[in-house]
Amino acid sequence: MIDKSIASAAQAVADIQDGASVMIGGFGTAGMPDQLIDALIERGVGNLTIINNNAGNGEAGVAALIKAGRVKKIICSFPRQSDSHHFDAAYRAGQIELELVPQGNLAARIQAAGAGLGAIFTPTGYGTQLAEGKETREIDGKHYVLEYPIKADFALIKAQQGDRWGNLTFRKTARNFGPIMAMAATTTIAQVSEIVDLGAIDPEVVVTPGIFVQRVVQIASVTNHALAA
Amino acid sequence: MNRMTRDQMAARVAQDIPEGAYVNLGIGLPTKVANYLAADRDVFLQSENGLLGMGPAPEAGEEDWDLINAGKQAVTLLAGGCFFHHADSFAMMRGGHLDICVLGAFQVSVNGDLANWHTGAPGAIPAVGGAMDLAIGAKQTFVMMDLFTKTGESKLVDACTYPLTGLGCVSRIYTDVAVFDVGPDGASVVEMVDGLTIDELRKLTGVPLAYAAETQPA
Repeated sequence: MIDKSIASAAQAVADIQDGASVMIGGFGTAGMPDQLIDALIERGVGNLTIINNNAGNGEAGVAALIKAGRVKKIICSFPRQSDSHHFDAAYRAGQIELELVPQGNLAARIQAAGAGLGAIFTPTGYGTQLAEGKETREIDGKHYVLEYPIKADFALIKAQQGDRWGNLTFRKTARNFGPIMAMAATTTIAQVSEIVDLGAIDPEVVVTPGIFVQRVVQIASVTNHALAA
Repeated sequence: MNRMTRDQMAARVAQDIPEGAYVNLGIGLPTKVANYLAADRDVFLQSENGLLGMGPAPEAGEEDWDLINAGKQAVTLLAGGCFFHHADSFAMMRGGHLDICVLGAFQVSVNGDLANWHTGAPGAIPAVGGAMDLAIGAKQTFVMMDLFTKTGESKLVDACTYPLTGLGCVSRIYTDVAVFDVGPDGASVVEMVDGLTIDELRKLTGVPLAYAAETQPA
């Protein structure tokens, strides 16, 4: 019998090593797998490359990981926010490397990795600083920039329901990067609000099929919190 | 000089959004446009974090922080609205499925180049988000901005001096004193606030301005 459920967040992240690349789901705090990140901080590994849309909000999640000094490099689209003080301080101190990627290119590059594509040509960013030095091509009268896939050793994502085969549903806009990160990482770990019996999720509403998910951890649903304005 | 208020600007933009349009309103000033879309006409608001059919802010105390907009504010979902992941969301933009996007700007050039993501100031931490995807992806990109900076420089320019967001992507600019069309043929004035003349606008902006076809004086 295959059972991808894991008893605790600590066990789920126990093989993430120093220097690993880790995708972390979430847009702001919606979909941020805080408890998996807490377990990763507790584990004590560093020199991580983190892929997330932002660079931490407030004190929890990615912000806590940066505050703890575990992040060597972050690949994201929107680091600077009113409550990104832990990133801002680390960046200004030269302690963290930033690769800034337009949000849609971030999604497309992650999706390309999950889909096994060697590269993509994207119109986004053409003629801007963020495409400097990159190969370009004119296709059917339009200009495109060559961008490479972003893959990772691990993905930590937050979903709503999961089962022992790893099938997932999501909740509202907390879905964001979860489904595509699950496809792009070697090992995907999903924290879910509820693990249900096989067959309990209507097959028509499975968002992420279990083939993309290696571990599922049930974390009692915690009410998500507002961001500082 | 007469100036339109931000609400008047938002109402003016809303006039140009037809029923049935799929629309993304950028963070900041453009979000005000939603307040002026007629409630009895279906306009589909998209938010890049993954929803279509976005409704107004919830009542205080009713917020669900898994249901937010691109500015990370709590919103609601209209009946018929839906959720999707980020790759689908940006496919809606890049794939040309969105009819209109409305963005703020630091500068727009007469040929429609947009600068709205980075001032380039030394020490500034850059952040781009979805700006570059939105700018070039929608069928029409509108900009909503004050025409002048606080120190009186025109934000409609011959060529952007701030780092670019996209090339030749803006088609129309709604400002507090005039509405302009921009593009390969340069900038033209669609309308002006009462009391302003095109010659004064030419002097204040320092850029060549024609009348738009519908504005040509008799």
